Amino acid sequence: MTNSKPAPAAGRQTDKSSRMHMTKRDWQLNKAVYLMAVPVIVYFIIFNYIPMGGILMAFEDYSVKKGIFGSTWVGFNNFVRFFNSVYCWRVIRNTLLISFYGLLFSFPFPIIFALCLNEIRNVKFKKLTQTISYMPYFISIVVVVSIIYDFCSSDGVLTKIAAMFGDTGGALISRPEWFRTLYVGSNIWQHLGYNSIIFISALAAIDQELYEAAVIDGAGRWKQTIYITLPELSSTIVVLLILRLGQIMNVGYEKTILMYSPATYETADVIASYVYRVGIKDSDYGYSTAINFFNSLVNLLVLFVANSISRKLSDSSLW
Amino acid sequence: MLKRTKGEKIFAIFNYTGMVLLSLIFLIPVWHVLMGSLSDPLKISAHSGIILYPLGDVTLGGYKLVMQNNSIVRSYANTILIVVSATALGTFLTILASYVMSVRGLYWKKPFNFLVTFTMIFNGGLIPTYMVVNRLNMLDTYWSLIIPGCCVAYNIIIMRTSFSQIPDALSEAATIDGAGHFRILFQIVLPVSKAIIAVIILFYAIQQWNAWFNASIYIQNRNLYPLQLTLREIVLQSSENSIIANADGETVDIYRPLIKYCSIMVSIIPMMVIYPFVQKYFVTGVMIGSVKG
Repeated sequence: MTNSKPAPAAGRQTDKSSRMHMTKRDWQLNKAVYLMAVPVIVYFIIFNYIPMGGILMAFEDYSVKKGIFGSTWVGFNNFVRFFNSVYCWRVIRNTLLISFYGLLFSFPFPIIFALCLNEIRNVKFKKLTQTISYMPYFISIVVVVSIIYDFCSSDGVLTKIAAMFGDTGGALISRPEWFRTLYVGSNIWQHLGYNSIIFISALAAIDQELYEAAVIDGAGRWKQTIYITLPELSSTIVVLLILRLGQIMNVGYEKTILMYSPATYETADVIASYVYRVGIKDSDYGYSTAINFFNSLVNLLVLFVANSISRKLSDSSLW
Repeated sequence: MLKRTKGEKIFAIFNYTGMVLLSLIFLIPVWHVLMGSLSDPLKISAHSGIILYPLGDVTLGGYKLVMQNNSIVRSYANTILIVVSATALGTFLTILASYVMSVRGLYWKKPFNFLVTFTMIFNGGLIPTYMVVNRLNMLDTYWSLIIPGCCVAYNIIIMRTSFSQIPDALSEAATIDGAGHFRILFQIVLPVSKAIIAVIILFYAIQQWNAWFNASIYIQNRNLYPLQLTLREIVLQSSENSIIANADGETVDIYRPLIKYCSIMVSIIPMMVIYPFVQKYFVTGVMIGSVKG
């Protein structure tokens, strides 16, 4: 948006002198811009890129005293140790399952919610419902997990409700078979309104003439939804779905480590929480970094695949 | 469109009912905590299930105890300090980065874009980041809660999107008048970008207000605890650590649930009061983010 004249197009004259000229001119015009970039570059280098360099720890028997350049190099030992560990399969399975259930249940709800809200004609009621639906998003994870504990303790309301349906196992929060349900359920509660925003705005953007034409053809609301609304929404849905798929190996530790306990590790422990326990609690730095790095690599790979599928199927992609 | 068929009327009834139920599901957990915080502590422990109205006589006694609790008051002040400084610093860096990204024809723009956006898809991870904070001697200082993570690439993308929609004519006119980049940023770009700045400030402030994890690994000194960490101690770890000054174990046990509810309330009240008024900005931000993100 700003004024600097575009640097002369590179390509035809790529010899050194013209490029020198270009950079020189660019520097004269945009010195101030580069000055502005300095704090940002420094920030990202220190807090993002130097830690990336720290991944070298994954290949070392890292000791704080010897530092990153003095510690013993062990190659892929840390990775081998992880793949041979009894926890390896457990944390990968839990990560994938929680992601999968999250996708299965928390992906469709915001769409259905947006569609239903779209049918509400009373504008005030609609606004109010929408405002209420955002509310849980503003609550911290610590508070959400506190409320989960309150509701799922031995005399909490959810435990009572489960008991009404014949469940006699006691407090839901300390039972592995309930962990995923509680994790995914509370995520839906917290993010439904937030995740519906994009769909609500996509619905508002649909050309009203389409509906008018459909009415003339005698289509009711149901048919309008099937033949107009859903096809119009489909590109948004596909893109978001693919991007969500790109996050399939990515379950954060923040909520998990607040919610789980040794009693529920069997279903609750995910890669990220294991990385946290091994790294922060046991100070096994090299090993923890190796697992983390493995996870990040898989994430990156899945994201690339998801993104290129997204680009093929629709015009939208992350980059 | 005006006339509804029978089916549509039935659907409308179900739809309205469903929406009301859903709203109740969103509200009830918070209502439960609010009512619990106003209840008689003895009756809370005897009660099971959702608290729909204050049990016993309505009392603000719990809030009084919370206000007298030094660790809560101190961590509240810490959180305010951290939210204000981290949001200010984060917003400042975000504005700079977004401006750089929106300058036309900048020679080094692509590498700069990459430097920023790559952080969205890859990072060094928990331990290497911890080591950097450690080496900077930031552990156990406010700095460790203010600086790392204060600037988020996602927010830069949102703001850049908004900056690049400002008509070129504005800055071109300013250049002809001899204005440099700093003047263009401060006198042209920022004044027309108040809405997006509000969005970004809002995003950072929510993030910082609700943050607890970094503090849990970077901070040992209890005097520096932010609110969420103190809250975790009281509510999730049932800390024995004198939630009431000079009280014996029995009294503490009686008051524990009340204190829990009251401390949760004090931590969410600011958000609950503010969010209905800022939701317009919030929605704008989320929309730009999900289109671009």
